[in-house]
Amino acid sequence: MYDVIIIGAGVSGSASARELSRYKLNVCVLEREEDVCCGTSKANSGIVHAGFDAANGSLMAKLNVRGNQMMEQLSKDLDFAFKKNGSLVVCLSEDDMPKLQELYDRGVANGVKKLSILNRSQLKELEPNISDEAYAALYAPTAGIVCPFNLNIALAENACINGVEFKFNTEVQDLKKAGDIWEVHTSQGVFRTKCVVNAAGVYADKFHNMVSEDKIHITPRRGDYCLLDKTAGDHVSHTIFSLPGKFGKGILVSPTVHGNLLIGPTALDIEDKEGTNTTREGLDEVIGKAGMNVKDIPMRKVITSFAGLRAHEDAHEFIIRELPGAEGFIDCAGIESPGLTSCPAIGEMVSGIIRDKLNPEENPDFIATRKGVLAPETLSKEERIALIKENPAYGNIICRCEMITEGEILDAIHRPLGAKSLDGVKRRTRAGMGRCQSGFCSPRTMEILAKELNMDMFDITKSGGNSNIIVGMNKDRI
Amino acid sequence: MKSYDIVIIGGGPAGLAAAVSARDHGIKSILILERDKELGGILNQCIHNGFGLHTFKEELTGPEYAARFIEQVKERGIEYKLNTMVMDISPDKTVTAMNREEGLFEILAKAVILAMGCRERPRGALNIPGYRPAGIFSAGTAQRLVNMEGYMPGREVVILGSGDIGLIMARRMTFEGAKVKVVAELMPYSGGLKRNIVQCLNDYGIPLKLSHTVVDIKGRERVEGVTIAEVDGNGRPIPGTEEFYSCDTLLLSVGLIPENELSNGMGVEMNPITSGPFVNESLETNIEGVFACGNVLHVHDLVDFVSEEAAAAGAHAALYVKGRSCPDVGSEIVFRAEDGVRYTVPTTVNPARMDGKLTVRFRVGAVYKNCYTAVYFDSERILHRKRQILAPGEMEEIHLTKDQIEKYPDLKTITVKIEEA
Repeated sequence: MYDVIIIGAGVSGSASARELSRYKLNVCVLEREEDVCCGTSKANSGIVHAGFDAANGSLMAKLNVRGNQMMEQLSKDLDFAFKKNGSLVVCLSEDDMPKLQELYDRGVANGVKKLSILNRSQLKELEPNISDEAYAALYAPTAGIVCPFNLNIALAENACINGVEFKFNTEVQDLKKAGDIWEVHTSQGVFRTKCVVNAAGVYADKFHNMVSEDKIHITPRRGDYCLLDKTAGDHVSHTIFSLPGKFGKGILVSPTVHGNLLIGPTALDIEDKEGTNTTREGLDEVIGKAGMNVKDIPMRKVITSFAGLRAHEDAHEFIIRELPGAEGFIDCAGIESPGLTSCPAIGEMVSGIIRDKLNPEENPDFIATRKGVLAPETLSKEERIALIKENPAYGNIICRCEMITEGEILDAIHRPLGAKSLDGVKRRTRAGMGRCQSGFCSPRTMEILAKELNMDMFDITKSGGNSNIIVGMNKDRI
Repeated sequence: MKSYDIVIIGGGPAGLAAAVSARDHGIKSILILERDKELGGILNQCIHNGFGLHTFKEELTGPEYAARFIEQVKERGIEYKLNTMVMDISPDKTVTAMNREEGLFEILAKAVILAMGCRERPRGALNIPGYRPAGIFSAGTAQRLVNMEGYMPGREVVILGSGDIGLIMARRMTFEGAKVKVVAELMPYSGGLKRNIVQCLNDYGIPLKLSHTVVDIKGRERVEGVTIAEVDGNGRPIPGTEEFYSCDTLLLSVGLIPENELSNGMGVEMNPITSGPFVNESLETNIEGVFACGNVLHVHDLVDFVSEEAAAAGAHAALYVKGRSCPDVGSEIVFRAEDGVRYTVPTTVNPARMDGKLTVRFRVGAVYKNCYTAVYFDSERILHRKRQILAPGEMEEIHLTKDQIEKYPDLKTITVKIEEA
């Protein structure tokens, strides 16, 4: 019997789990995929928004600003990549200045600090590659960029170290109330719990609607992206947004925290909650519109494209509360942008709701910090030499593009909630994320996974399930 | 810090031939740095035959061809380090490398030969829409799995791109029991050698669809099928021509990219057409004493020509180390690639430094039939050679002699172009 079961190991579920691990509670996270960070949390812009977009007085606005304020310290505590690079919302004509002013005013009302409106020459000075059409921009120095994978992984690992249980490949199928107790029926059996946190991303409406007559509806809103090589990473230094239109924030151009250039996303409402396929139209739109605010983007340097689904609730607001009529069921639904930014604050809020219900004691053994996978490139030459002497695996480069060593891959596999697949290794270390897109390192990483996890090569997957990479031996069917 | 006369980055066919040649030109202090666990580079996974027809006048497999050069390197006692990654080369030729045993270390070189080879263009570079499941491999990755490790990457295969590795893999996958359903090529011509189309596709009844590309990939976990469509003259898919192929594997053979991150890092100037360094007649880059050869310079079709080019680079590096007898005297003559010729290697020649004979290699940008390869010394045509066919998939070469060039003391420009009949 658990105190809390959290459905979903994305950023919302993992942040909630970590906050709950501050208390003496028996917490379990159920995840249908083989790893954390496999849904909306893995495929997004990786932006820490300043907080001027959401309507004043909304929960979205409040948690965005709070999440933004928490992110820097959290990145230090949990050792994930975060950079406060600042954002610019570009306005292309004088006619649109009232809209820019409106954003500024809303930001100020939401409590965003240090906002200012820059004229063309100030803008050019900050970003030499900004479009010649640019007229002015809203500058938000508090905005940042984050590694969404390692933010998610760090939260989950830290929760795990502090006693939260994670069950993977465990799909929730039904929720039943037996007296005060929730029965969570899954592909791996039935689990009983006092509270359920519904952090199921695009599926949050499904679980909400299982237990409530007051239905909600979440639309998967697909966004296609293109990622460019690191040699294009300094094309802009700030995150460049368009003035928002009807569908989100338009096509952004941003450096990533690891030094690539990211352009996207589109915004297309679809039915299929698994529809993470990119489309010709979507990619064409990304490439076509990215040049509106930033000139000379070297499109030849695209190394990969991907699509993510935002969990868009009809009312475009975060739904974080205990459901009336379903005591002990806490929604964490409609977490679309700025969900990544808000996740530390979402975790706090979910934890607050449960704390008020269960009045748990504090966990005296709570450890608030975590060390990420050691990145040798951050070391001095002397430190690196000493490291290789101590552990020669750090002298063996496996991923040539990102210069990731065997030592880092071993670390990713053997740490709490360690990597079990190629994508698991990739998201923890960046091996395979570079310009050759794992062409060279994947056979080597597969060998390491098989050896370390004592697995057969045939059972190594790209990302769990039936995503096996090799299917047999040569001539085995002749 | 250890120092060597010549440090060679890469122990593949280019690095090996450069080392042998440099030694034969009198340099004793040579070090090859190889990132893999053995010398030979990509040849080790090219177990098909067809290598060495020009160099050894016999048909060898890739590993056999490599073995001949490895043997020569060992006979000459040339030093090499395996499992060693070069992390950085500074403009003053300090090479920073790393391996398990020695950690991170520096080597000072008098001359550097860049011989890092190339890598395959990934799916992402093509913006192919669809899902991102397992079962999408670059042809070379599949080749490694099959030929070096004995693993089948899939049972039913569609191949995009008719580059040589893709063609070779179509045959190999068929040998190993897979069904190769189709090879789609975006361009109206193949990117591979004619002989590979005949021997790897035609002989096995594998259809080659020119002017076709993949427009969708189906399958969330593992590839379940791909949709192929015809493209118009601008490479855009033509609506209504889509055809679905059920398969579990998509192999990509869509181009090779010279691996010049180290060259860029040290400030070597790059030719945007080849993605390799600009070099002069000595295969020397803009940084004096830094030479380039093989696929890092421009992507070759035949390893024989890599070896030949690398031997020239090794000889010139040796000459540089010994102190060139004819330093920068005279003025450089510039090559111009025009009218169908995409580029030339080299891009400049200084007659004072030139050997008796200079090989100029180039590629054309489209298929040309019954045309002429023409060479102009300034405005005078000095070569006009009839060709039945020229194709982008086959590297071309012309030869110029020192005597020929010295007859034109005021020569500024050598133009290579294709002329219609």
